[in-house]
Amino acid sequence: MEERKDTLILGIETSCDETAAAVVKNGREILSNVISSQIDTHTLYGGVVPEIASRKHIERINQVVREALAQSGTELCGLSAIGVTYGPGLVGPLLVGVSFAKALSFASGVKLVGVHHIEGHIAANYIEDPNLEPPFLCLVVSGGHTHLVNVRDYGEYEILGRTMDDAAGEAFDKVARAIGLGYPGGPKIDVAAKAGNPEAVHFPRAKVAENAYDFSFSGLKSAVLNYLNSCQMKGEEYNQADVAASFQAAVVDVLTEHSIRAVRETGAKTFALAGGVASNSALRESLEKACAGLGVRFCVPQPVLCTDNGAMIAAAAYFELQKGAESGLDLNAIPNLKLGER
Amino acid sequence: MIVFESHSDEDTFRFASKMGREAVPGTVISLTGDLGCGKTVFSKGFASGLGVTEPVSSPTFTILQQYESGRLVLYHFDVYRIGDPEEMEETGYEDCFYGNGVTLVEWAERIRELLPEGTILVRIEKDLEKGMDYRRITVENTGG
Repeated sequence: MEERKDTLILGIETSCDETAAAVVKNGREILSNVISSQIDTHTLYGGVVPEIASRKHIERINQVVREALAQSGTELCGLSAIGVTYGPGLVGPLLVGVSFAKALSFASGVKLVGVHHIEGHIAANYIEDPNLEPPFLCLVVSGGHTHLVNVRDYGEYEILGRTMDDAAGEAFDKVARAIGLGYPGGPKIDVAAKAGNPEAVHFPRAKVAENAYDFSFSGLKSAVLNYLNSCQMKGEEYNQADVAASFQAAVVDVLTEHSIRAVRETGAKTFALAGGVASNSALRESLEKACAGLGVRFCVPQPVLCTDNGAMIAAAAYFELQKGAESGLDLNAIPNLKLGER
Repeated sequence: MIVFESHSDEDTFRFASKMGREAVPGTVISLTGDLGCGKTVFSKGFASGLGVTEPVSSPTFTILQQYESGRLVLYHFDVYRIGDPEEMEETGYEDCFYGNGVTLVEWAERIRELLPEGTILVRIEKDLEKGMDYRRITVENTGG
């Protein structure tokens, strides 16, 4: 009997700040994962920052892809497919990755697979836990996205809830800036909160009337700003660590509560976390504990797979390819691509 | 110039919704105000006035969100992360500013030189002496 050939996929991601490429075997095993982060330039500005330039992606992409192939010991012609993020994101940065992948596919004859960025984040869990299979519930939380998703099958998604205003990660960035912690807000608040009392200030846990699974973080951000204002007007110093801990507790409470309600109501046996904010230690702890209490399996990728990366795109492309999905050379960047659409 | 005094999120929403109902193709609105002063509420109200049915979420991270469910296409920008107006090229902004939709730009002062003639300036300001929820909304039409 003929031995089954391994499927090697090159994943390319340029939807936001990271220029990233990776080679993944059979959708589950990382052979290389190269991320050329632009975070250093960001830290200089101390805010959520400029420099979204696709120029940066153009300068780096060739080198990043070469490095990913070299580290994995793979030749271009040894690939089964090239997966690339084609949305959502900014059209400029997206086009760099899409155009590069198309050229590579055209020149080498290797198949092309367009991947949705959020599907990539979800697929990071397939790498982390080689035994993970749908159906499961997944909370995707990042700077730009907050989605509670029912993953019914590979590539089949039902969005249960989403944010009505700010994304969770955005709230972290804005509050970090307001209390003088700077960028990146998520990790900074995570660290500061460890020294603070999460019950020092009670911030609101917003409910969205129309859909119990939806989120709203804009009101929480305003509540923190109002609290800082009122301290200032009374001439009182606020405690940075306490505000960080209390704010974080409000976000974590809401994310956990909605997730657990969804687990209960759908009867899901497995719950996964994904996206940049999945690196937050309080959120990981809270969800892990809540899942354990319900006897539900909990899965979360290691931090390097939570941030934007090429490996998650390669993993998602693998499962698309298994279903026979393949993109043509007319693949285009779609800035407002919706989850589950093609 | 119009000055509207808002005493709640609901007031701000209703005022913005009225502007949304009256907006004509090609309208560009610059929306400025500090963090937490109600730019999100204004944007939601404006979108609802246009008949947008999708949830209007913050474009801070994505820079541009586009909504097609209303009477006119709504391009919602947040250019806070734009350091240099040249970076706006990334967003394909010209098709939005000079198209047949309606554009709402938060933090527009960062890209002032790119705003078309006739841009409507909306400024939201707090006045803590008049209460935590008080907002003064100033609308100025630069087109004369």
